[in-house]
Amino acid sequence: MNLRRDVFQAIADPTRRAIVVLVASQAMTAGAIASNFDTARPTVSKHLQILTECKLLEQEQNGREVYYNLNPKKMKEIADFIEPFRKMWDDRYNKLETIMKNYKPKK
Amino acid sequence: MELKTKIKAEDGKQELTITREFDLPVELLFKAHAEPELIEQWMTNPYATAKMLKFEGRKHGGYIQESTDASGKIVFKANGTFHEFIPNRKIIRTFEMENAPIGVQLEFLQFEKITDQKSKLTTHVVYESLAVRDQLLKMPFAQGLSMAHDRMQEIMSKLK
Repeated sequence: MNLRRDVFQAIADPTRRAIVVLVASQAMTAGAIASNFDTARPTVSKHLQILTECKLLEQEQNGREVYYNLNPKKMKEIADFIEPFRKMWDDRYNKLETIMKNYKPKK
Repeated sequence: MELKTKIKAEDGKQELTITREFDLPVELLFKAHAEPELIEQWMTNPYATAKMLKFEGRKHGGYIQESTDASGKIVFKANGTFHEFIPNRKIIRTFEMENAPIGVQLEFLQFEKITDQKSKLTTHVVYESLAVRDQLLKMPFAQGLSMAHDRMQEIMSKLK
């Protein structure tokens, strides 16, 4: 299907972000993950497939069950990417705050 | 330390939202966006000095801003038009960077009072295309890389 799946597409969807948060606390099976959502099971499976394709989640076989794990390296990739943009605005706004705290209204 | 500024940039959407809470009355937060001398102050950073060449803070007004580096070279020039300018509540404006193939973006700035001494700014930016938004998001990232690279070169050249 879509071959250009990257980690940013993976977190575009709110359900997928919720899945990431769930799996971050512990490895879970598809069934356990699906039980946390009202969404139909195949929809959750589709989300898991996308998250796995972009390597944000990793599958781990444990007996007959497949567990989903979070790949922290990929998570860091997302954070690092947007961080400089956020930092740029944060710096500006911190400065704005400091300037305006010292601002003396000339009434 | 956690950054107070939050960025929401959903994938597949040609827009993003920047939110920030300030320890300032909403009137002062707005003033910082309405007076050119104040904008210049907070937009200036160690690498570039900001200057507002034109600023008409009113509906149908406009602005032109530029930033120069230590040697006086223009590193950034931008302009836009105000579509709405409601004190302490809202600014709607366009933003266009000159000599950059990123088109015009539309910005909705919403100012909210939280308490007498706290306020919130929500900036919703809509870009011409998804590709442009992603390119802009990556810009500070790329700049950061290039600055680190420049610093490295500087250090290395001193070692020679």
